Amino acid sequence: MDKVKTGGAVYRRLPTGLRYLINTALFALFLITITALADNRVISYSDSKVLMLIAVNIILAVSLNVATGYLGQLPLGHAGFMAVGAYTSALFMRSASAYPGQLMFPLGLILGGLVAALFGLVIGIPALRLKGDYLAIITLGFSEIIRVVILNIDSVLGFKLTFGAASLKNIPTTTTVFNAFLWAGIVCFIIHAMMKSRHGRAILSIRDNEIASESCGISTTFYKTLGFCASAFFAGIAGGLYAGYLGILSPGSFGFMKSIEILVMVVLGGMGSMLGSIIAAVALTALPELLRAFSDYRMVVYSLVLIAMMIFRPEGLMGSYDFSLGGLLERLLNRKSAPLIKEDES
Amino acid sequence: MSDMTAITTILKQILNGLQSGSIYALIALGYSMVYGIIMLLNFAHGDIIMVGAYLAWLCMVRFALNPALAVAAAVAGCTALGMLIEKAAYTPLRSSPRLSLLITAIGVSYLLENTFQLIFGAGAKTVPPFFNAKNLSFGGVVLSSNAIVTIIAAAVCMALLTLLVQKTKMGKAMRAVSEDMGAAQLMGISINRTISFTFAVGSALAGIGSVLYCTAYPQADPMMGSMLGLKAFVAAVLGGIGSIPGAMIGGLAIGLAEALVSAAGLSTWKDGVVFAILIIVLVVKPTGILGRSLNEKV
Amino acid sequence: MKKLIALLLCVLLCFGMLSGCAGKGSDTIKVGILGCHTGDYAIYGLAVRNGAELYIKQLNEAGGINGKKIELVIYDNKADNAEAVTAFTRMVDDGITALIGDVLTGNTLAVRTEAYKINMPMITASATAAEVTYDDETGTLYSNVFRTCFIDPFQGQKMAEYAAKELGAKKAAILYDTGNDYSIGLKDAFIAKCGELGVEIVNEEGYSSGDVDFRSQLTNIQANEPDVVFAPIYYQDAGLIVTQARDLGIDATFLGGDGWAGVSGYASAEDLEGSLFCSAYASGSTDAIKEFEAAYTAAYGADTLNMFAATAYDAAMVLCNALKTVESSGKKLKPASDEYKQALIDAIRTGSGSVAGITSAGGYTFDEHNNPIKDAVIIEVTGGTEKFKTLY
Repeated sequence: MDKVKTGGAVYRRLPTGLRYLINTALFALFLITITALADNRVISYSDSKVLMLIAVNIILAVSLNVATGYLGQLPLGHAGFMAVGAYTSALFMRSASAYPGQLMFPLGLILGGLVAALFGLVIGIPALRLKGDYLAIITLGFSEIIRVVILNIDSVLGFKLTFGAASLKNIPTTTTVFNAFLWAGIVCFIIHAMMKSRHGRAILSIRDNEIASESCGISTTFYKTLGFCASAFFAGIAGGLYAGYLGILSPGSFGFMKSIEILVMVVLGGMGSMLGSIIAAVALTALPELLRAFSDYRMVVYSLVLIAMMIFRPEGLMGSYDFSLGGLLERLLNRKSAPLIKEDES
Repeated sequence: MSDMTAITTILKQILNGLQSGSIYALIALGYSMVYGIIMLLNFAHGDIIMVGAYLAWLCMVRFALNPALAVAAAVAGCTALGMLIEKAAYTPLRSSPRLSLLITAIGVSYLLENTFQLIFGAGAKTVPPFFNAKNLSFGGVVLSSNAIVTIIAAAVCMALLTLLVQKTKMGKAMRAVSEDMGAAQLMGISINRTISFTFAVGSALAGIGSVLYCTAYPQADPMMGSMLGLKAFVAAVLGGIGSIPGAMIGGLAIGLAEALVSAAGLSTWKDGVVFAILIIVLVVKPTGILGRSLNEKV
Repeated sequence: MKKLIALLLCVLLCFGMLSGCAGKGSDTIKVGILGCHTGDYAIYGLAVRNGAELYIKQLNEAGGINGKKIELVIYDNKADNAEAVTAFTRMVDDGITALIGDVLTGNTLAVRTEAYKINMPMITASATAAEVTYDDETGTLYSNVFRTCFIDPFQGQKMAEYAAKELGAKKAAILYDTGNDYSIGLKDAFIAKCGELGVEIVNEEGYSSGDVDFRSQLTNIQANEPDVVFAPIYYQDAGLIVTQARDLGIDATFLGGDGWAGVSGYASAEDLEGSLFCSAYASGSTDAIKEFEAAYTAAYGADTLNMFAATAYDAAMVLCNALKTVESSGKKLKPASDEYKQALIDAIRTGSGSVAGITSAGGYTFDEHNNPIKDAVIIEVTGGTEKFKTLY
């Protein structure tokens, strides 16, 4: 245990390695528990389906949070990247169906993510020249174009690729509760690590003041594109998991409303708070399920909850607060050893 | 196809484009005015048109009133609704982050759509014609009178709006608030009243838009506002959001582009082409056709 | 790590959900009704829900099946594939024995894959794509899936034949919804048949789902002066299209598929005069239909009373007839058990010939792909009402 001397008081710190070890162990424990519960049907089949969807939505929300919360842009085309990832990984999985699905699945997901990131690059370069609402509309435009192309490409080129409105079927259903949450964990970790790195700090500085960070020698174009591509990459992975969860894809699932749905999760959770994104993704996926009893009224209830949330807590559930288990443990450790100096490391 | 029919076909296509374009333009004006003053993309704007269409249907079918009364009810109802939404949902959030305001607008939009579906059912209601006019015929070329009335009505509205904004005291206040809210307040302009008034004017235009919409496409259904709103939003951005002539140009441009793309036999790609035009315009001129360039302040 | 709280929350959530699933006594049989009750396509989903619910309510009031009541589990899928699968699995956990649904073809394809895994009997009243029951890509017959509506190719062929042989059409134009596989299916079959019969297709115009302006496409069509315009779409769009076509001065005859049933409420009598469509259901044409329509309007109002309400009523009828067969077999099977489901599927397949449905008075027999064999009727709109013209 490291001890840091700050103004006479002793502040005990957990070594970074130990922090990661604790977190990894807890996450592994969680994965094992949830998989065991799902396999033994303690969690019912339908609830395990909801759980997979929750994992997909967590990835979508935290990935959009990179572009919205950390980079400070407002892209409205996240569903487009998800669609690219979903179709890429679905086509890959269909053609690789001779090999064991669980082995090929990670490859398919990464491929989907890479293609989505490529789209992110192509879209990001012109789009990121724009600001605010213009950026919103141009990304919305790109994602609508992606949808229209997926819908019509077969009839124009005369071959069977996406099957357009007739849906892409017979995708191997390889998503399980285990791999969905494993990927959600991996994505959260990578984003966390990325934001703690030098590059992450650069991205945050662009959000806080673009001109100031540029004058400090940060290449804003590079970092904006990087953040945007990373966001697209993870959305592509979520798309691949979604394809493997459903086994069927149709372009209608990736419309403008899907992008809005993801944005609502991020804003509701609190911009720039990963924990907020996760909680909002869980809550907004589960809420309609819990509201099933209200049937016809549930969409009305959902919209009322949304308005009320924003009026009474406009900064989102978590604001920009982020939870850190290591930080919490340190605070517990230091509780007795007064005087305690507030640490600013998060 | 002879040359003569080719020319009349093109003329007709332009007329088609102008008709749908002038409806987009009226709705885009509402988007643009609200954006200009409180920087909010009012997603519920399209749904106000839906409400207007239902009001017209209620008056004419349920209560069998005169079409003129139905028009008045639709416009008055939309105006009141616009102001109510502003007071109830947007005023409490005036100092909040803009994204929260945007999400609230989305929530209001969902609320209107789903409430109307609960009340009136999911099916579309057929709105009877407001007036009966024979199609005009010029030497064998039939021109739709609906189209001509729509285009003229929209043009008159836009002219009146320009007068209102440029020549009246309230218009001056609106321009001042959108220029600099703080300074306008110091000059003794009531911010709340001006914003309310802007919402009222924007929603009244939406009310007129809903009447013209029902003339062209005589159906009211709970979900009609979302796509319409999106197109009008695109039109507003294309023209330069916050700019009144920009919204008109954007609306007409979107309408014409859709009509001409379909005329060229590419109707499947229509939405894609519209967005592609938007993207090209924004890349060349990042604030839209008539948008003011944003000066960065350090 | 940030994940932890969230993950704990979802575990809690799962246990919360679990508590809802307690077993019930066996004096009821649970049947699921799944469809889009909110969103853009709610009008079809609500029609199916109401139609099926109406029949089952009537049956329960008349004493149920051998004294057992049917309990409905009704879930909305918001026209979303993921939501449809979740809702369906939730129904399975709730203990349903059979499913009426899904409504839209895309959602049905997503659900049928899940349903096939557990051999859940399902009857759709509205998913018309051929692939719903038979996937020709993999050669899989989904033996648990039935339907009470036509399949797409059948209607397209019928209308092409009718146009060529009865109307003497030489030039035909098409206006279809590019985002809707029903529309594409009918269009493709129509074009193929027209090619065989020597009818020239002068225009093939598409539009996007949700569009309301068809003037540009119609102006293109007008320039080629076709004899007939085939518009394989649903009735609300059809109403708009016919109105706009007449406004532009197009006087060709409009043809449609069964999605047109109910169109007379959405365009003026004058504009629709002489339009033809094929359907299994002619509003007000028989006493059984009149009775159904009166009961439906009394319970749910008229705005969702369309063909799918009728096919859903029939789907419920076919299902309940099969349930009765299984219940009367004396085997005392437990509802929702594997044996019960298989017995039910067999009963639907072989024993529905005597079910005099309102859209198929001659009973339901299914072909080798579980599609119903029933006659198409040609409906003509005259004087603002949809009238039976001929059996074709």
